[in-house]
Amino acid sequence: MMPQNSANSVNAPAIPNGSGAAAILAAGIGLFALAALAVAADKSALVKKGLIFYTPTGALSGVTTVAILFWIGVWIVLEMRWRNKTVAVGRISAAAFILLGLSLLLTFPPIVDLF
Amino acid sequence: MEMTSRALWTLMHGMGFGALYLLACSGAFIELYFGSTRAHRSEPSAGRERFLKVYLIAMVVLAWAAVLSGAYIVYPWYRAAPPPGVSDLAMFPQRLLMSSPKTIGWHSLGMEWKEHVAWFAPISITMVAFVFLRYGRDLRNHPRLRTAVLGFTALSFLSAGIAGVFGALIDKQAPVNGGRNFHLSAGVEK
Repeated sequence: MMPQNSANSVNAPAIPNGSGAAAILAAGIGLFALAALAVAADKSALVKKGLIFYTPTGALSGVTTVAILFWIGVWIVLEMRWRNKTVAVGRISAAAFILLGLSLLLTFPPIVDLF
Repeated sequence: MEMTSRALWTLMHGMGFGALYLLACSGAFIELYFGSTRAHRSEPSAGRERFLKVYLIAMVVLAWAAVLSGAYIVYPWYRAAPPPGVSDLAMFPQRLLMSSPKTIGWHSLGMEWKEHVAWFAPISITMVAFVFLRYGRDLRNHPRLRTAVLGFTALSFLSAGIAGVFGALIDKQAPVNGGRNFHLSAGVEK
């Protein structure tokens, strides 16, 4: 008799992968939004001024607040759409990691200075 | 032994929240790896799964506490502008760093990178905690979700590490000081 949980057994998932995929993609989009806003604030005096929500912290307050609200908004929308679905999580994760890589590059000052 | 209130807040931000978060990352990575791999023969117990959930929630709290205390308590002291006519920049760390070509890089590269990349940690670990809270041990049946979760956990460690290293080195070059003095203990001459 074969054991049910042997090393290579694959059990059917109890929960569809949509909810996890939504969280992963939303995180990638949120991080990219943060990096893009940081670049925009660095390059445009008008954007920088508009993102000063709390004067002692400067534009960082607006960059992070807007990015966090955007991340949570995207997450809620994706969660509502994918919660009970099985989605192509491989491609979604790849997209999230590409956004993540771009975000890391866009926050690195020598890269920002190229624009 | 004395310490200023600003130095104490900086200590809480860096060592209390940031360093504790960095320490917790390795534990989370190992628990997530072994707790959700199909190659691991035994099912994780309900108690172990519950422990990891609480552990990840604590990490989320630490990560947000680190960035929020940094951005809204310590950073304003760091970037404060000196009043006209002030030549002693010891109380104005950003201006002190920018006043010399030998130290300006600590601000233009170190702080400029740190102040943004640090936020990757709370966003990533919040996602990781949510996914584990939602799926628990069922995560072992979603290998691609699991891989992404481990990737984002590693990223949160990397971003917190960048922020932590630059934070410590910048504070060494131009410490955040000022505020009320706290007397910690009386020294004894030996």
